[in-house]
Amino acid sequence: MTQYMLTIYQPDGAPPPPEFLEPVARDLHALNQELKSAGAWVFSRGLHAPSTATVVRVRDREIVTTDGPYVEGKEHIGGFWIIDAPDLDSALGWARKAARATTLPIEVRPFQDVPEY
Amino acid sequence: MFRAEHGRAVAVLVRVFGDIDIAEEAVADAFTAAVQRWPADGLPPSPAGWIITTARNRAIDRLRREASRADRHAQAALLHARDEPMEEGPVRDERLRLIFTCCHPALNRAAQVALTLRLLGGLTTAEIARAFLVPEPTMAQRLVRAKGKIRDARIPYRVPAAADLPGRLQSVLAVVYLVFNEGYAASSGAALVRADLCAEAIRLGRQLSELMPDEPEVLGLLALMLLLESRRAARTTTGGDLVPLADQDRDRWDRALIAEGQAIVRDCLRRNDPGVYQIQAAIQAVHTDASAAATDWSQIVQLYDQLLAYDPSPVVALNRAVAVAEVDGPGPALALVDALDLGTYHLLHAIRADLLRRLGRDVEAATAYETAIKLTDNVAERNFLRRRRQSLAG
Repeated sequence: MTQYMLTIYQPDGAPPPPEFLEPVARDLHALNQELKSAGAWVFSRGLHAPSTATVVRVRDREIVTTDGPYVEGKEHIGGFWIIDAPDLDSALGWARKAARATTLPIEVRPFQDVPEY
Repeated sequence: MFRAEHGRAVAVLVRVFGDIDIAEEAVADAFTAAVQRWPADGLPPSPAGWIITTARNRAIDRLRREASRADRHAQAALLHARDEPMEEGPVRDERLRLIFTCCHPALNRAAQVALTLRLLGGLTTAEIARAFLVPEPTMAQRLVRAKGKIRDARIPYRVPAAADLPGRLQSVLAVVYLVFNEGYAASSGAALVRADLCAEAIRLGRQLSELMPDEPEVLGLLALMLLLESRRAARTTTGGDLVPLADQDRDRWDRALIAEGQAIVRDCLRRNDPGVYQIQAAIQAVHTDASAAATDWSQIVQLYDQLLAYDPSPVVALNRAVAVAEVDGPGPALALVDALDLGTYHLLHAIRADLLRRLGRDVEAATAYETAIKLTDNVAERNFLRRRRQSLAG
């Protein structure tokens, strides 16, 4: 079993109207139920807007804190799932459902194996 | 022997060890051992079996040495090998699994092509790099990245389920046809044809039709490649200049390839489950049926109509216009060509130039030839267009 992160890429700006978001929320709920009953669900959550992000970094041994997301752009991560899947085909199957539910692009990335300490 | 058995051996060992690099290295080891041993000991009763068994044993010996030094990767591969029994039987399935892995849609097309030629075709990285005119380190990097993605993202070694097969098969067929086309009309470079790539694509096409004899599009692709390949000797002069279809010496066409290709087309017609490769093969079958003057162009137009229904692309519409010119004359064909949105495609301008020339509109034809010449990187094609441009009265 490998773990995969399914990331939602969401355009910045005002959220779509409720009549658009309601069916999305319904589809997402159904997808999460399906993931859970298949034993594939590990974690999933939506994020607040990128304007709420803060970046912390070390510059010349000093901590520098900046307001806003790390990457400038018109799209940002809107939320993600962590799922268990036997292989990429299975993970892509869930990603197809996620893309249909959210109407947004979904990036699928495998996690590295858990290192043994 | 090497090319023919390489894909089979690598495919079996990928299943045994669950790792492409280990499989490739083991097979290379076994071929080296064969070169040393066979001349003295004589050919073993089953050379392919000998390669596979030797590769497996050598890989296990090497992995044991590495595993004892606490290499987790080697341990995992050994564990995998213990769980995977060694079967002599269904090696056909192994190659099929491997080609679906190589052509997985999660890999980009260039990576799919490179992996297929490397693992199934047994071409070296240097050979693949030369064939696609990229520097060898670039090709090596491409292969390393693709193999890394297969390993880390766990692209499975599996023939897709029936529901996914048509879509996944499209990408396998596209890879094989791309290899053929790159050999048949090299996108750049001096020679019009790179025969080695055509031969490799046909070999892969034959393998696929042996592995999936019930998929008509697999057969259609093989027939299409055979019929195109049958004209290879006639497509260029000894000096390497391009000869258009109408002027080709049909005695130089390969009758054996034509007979094989046409037999497959007839078989496809009986199955009556058409697709884009079968229809293109049928078009080539009509061309190879008759002399240039006796070609049944109205049947070719009908086949292009059918092809457009499956693939409504401007390139297909352009080829249809060429056939229309033979049935209805260059005027109606030119109207069709001018309606297409294919501005940077050199063949559109070459075809337009030819139609204008036939209509006696030499000044416009000259301009169209010059545009086509600017847009093509293949030296043989460019020389051909230059000769045509110079032969205009104006």
